[in-house]
Amino acid sequence: MATITLDTVRKVYAGGVEAVKGVSIDIADGEFIVLVGPSGCGKSTLLRMIAGLEEISTGEIRIGEKVVNKVDPADRDIAMVFQNYALYPHMTVYNNLAYGLKNRGMAKDEIDRRVKEAARILEIGDYLDRKPRALSGGQRQRVAMGRAIVREPAAFLFDEPLSNLDAKLRVQMRVEIKRLQKSLKTTSVYVTHDQLEAMTLADRLVVLSGGNIEQIGAPIDVYDKPASTFVASFIGSPAMNLLKVRKGAAGLELETGSGLTAANPYGRDRYTLGVRPEHLSLVEAGVPAGALTLKATVNVLEPVGAESYLYASCGGTGQEIVIRVESHARFEPGQEITLTAQAKDVHFFDADTGRRVES
Amino acid sequence: MKRVQFTNASLPYLLLLPQLAIIVIFFYWPSAQAIQSSFYLEDPFGFGSTFVGMENYTDVLGSNEYASIARFTIAFTLLVTFLSLSIALLLAVKADAVLKGSSTYKTLLMWVYAVAPPVAGLMGVMFFDMHIGPFLKVAAFFGWDFKIGLNYFDTAFAMVVIAVWKQIPYNFIFFLSGLQAIPKSVREASMIDCRSGFRRFWSIILPLLAPTAFFLLIINMTYSLFDTFGIVDVVVKDKAANNPITLVYKVYMDGFRGGDLGGSSAQSVILMLVVFVLTIFQFRFIERRVHYG
Repeated sequence: MATITLDTVRKVYAGGVEAVKGVSIDIADGEFIVLVGPSGCGKSTLLRMIAGLEEISTGEIRIGEKVVNKVDPADRDIAMVFQNYALYPHMTVYNNLAYGLKNRGMAKDEIDRRVKEAARILEIGDYLDRKPRALSGGQRQRVAMGRAIVREPAAFLFDEPLSNLDAKLRVQMRVEIKRLQKSLKTTSVYVTHDQLEAMTLADRLVVLSGGNIEQIGAPIDVYDKPASTFVASFIGSPAMNLLKVRKGAAGLELETGSGLTAANPYGRDRYTLGVRPEHLSLVEAGVPAGALTLKATVNVLEPVGAESYLYASCGGTGQEIVIRVESHARFEPGQEITLTAQAKDVHFFDADTGRRVES
Repeated sequence: MKRVQFTNASLPYLLLLPQLAIIVIFFYWPSAQAIQSSFYLEDPFGFGSTFVGMENYTDVLGSNEYASIARFTIAFTLLVTFLSLSIALLLAVKADAVLKGSSTYKTLLMWVYAVAPPVAGLMGVMFFDMHIGPFLKVAAFFGWDFKIGLNYFDTAFAMVVIAVWKQIPYNFIFFLSGLQAIPKSVREASMIDCRSGFRRFWSIILPLLAPTAFFLLIINMTYSLFDTFGIVDVVVKDKAANNPITLVYKVYMDGFRGGDLGGSSAQSVILMLVVFVLTIFQFRFIERRVHYG
């Protein structure tokens, strides 16, 4: 149980590459923080710096009240779950779990109690005598989790722990990790590139890009009010539609052609305008047009079961947009449609910096 | 494993034939010959042979000289194997800590292995030479009057040093690639689980190196027993006198210098049995403790 504080942490590699560019995060006790971003955004480097596996170039990391910059990984009171599990292949499951405790000089019966308890929670009690190679991917993942749990550390660090599992198991383990973290109330930092995993697990999301924090916030806040076009396109699936617009005769118009009408609430000349696929609806009899209307031509319909995604072009052939429609809707390629969205669902971003415009 | 279906049933045997021929001609046939002639007393000039039964064996095993050479061979083998394995492991661990796959560095380190045993022996002899050897100055500095070829211990010392020196690069390369095959995340997990680097080495790194170490143990035993022939030959210069020699060298001395083909054959057969027993022992008792990943 502890808070984790990152104070303008930077990582510069010997070659001069700056992987993390001055990141500050305050993680509350018991909080589940997810670091999310595309590969190369510095999320794993950041996690490894908290673990003590990478040196901190400048800045400070505190676990609890203690500055850990120069503290050995074994003395940081953290446990880490690795992407490829990193189990000791020559040890049985029992010894994998017990190894970290033995090295800390814990009494044998206490080790035994903790290992049995963790095995019970994770339902790996039947495999304690097996070697890792005799286990399936999901079972190995559980053992890796068990190795973290038995330590009863101040914080769990997860480095993409589910990305080696198949889709079904991934969903199952995701739920288990969340339930486990809620019951143990251990501060957790979780790294993933999967936005769905990030949304579902996090108390707070940290969206990273190019070594910088793009946005920190509760998943739903990040979804509702993305701070930049980067976050807008990264969080949510399918991604938010982004359209280049400029000031026209009445309100805003597309830069590449006609078909869009929208108000210009902030009076600027140019924007990147964002609307999520699920917030666009078809203008039909009985549906009133909202703050934005858009004419488009149907390209493809992609049914995924519970819903379908309609791909259409607007502004001549300028841009393809995605619209979520109900699963049994029928559309023909070439069909002309008119779409609309409510004012609260239309996002405005600076045309040059990509930052959210709110005034 | 990919299964290949041969349309002609004799084709696989045909493909194996060259290898089988080499094994039969160069290994089984001479072995059979050795076993046969170990029961005969051969005339050195090839004018005939007399069947003597087990006499060659009883002569060899009853000889004090043979016993003392056998003792030296055992000590030599154990020393060379132990030293070349442990020094190579130490070097590999140190190199692994700084080396991230730099192949030029690796190539330089394994350079010595390309040196043929007699050449290595010759270089070693130069190094320990009574007149020009630089080692003598070092030895003299410590008050050690080093006399290769005259003093039994000094000659043995030189042989061990040369044999170890020759074998280290080979072991080093295997240990280094074994170390580099250990997943980075396993090392990192152990860094979180265990603070002491020494303890991590014993509990994680060394067990994961065990398959490599076991392979090298067999290779090094064989090397010390047999492949050091060239080194021994150069050091004792064909005239063993009071100097230490190994069993293999004695086979050569008795057979080709002494002309005692029967006795020499009996010694070869004894060596074959030793290797046979050693191999069984290694696989039965040591390999059990090896974890293959």
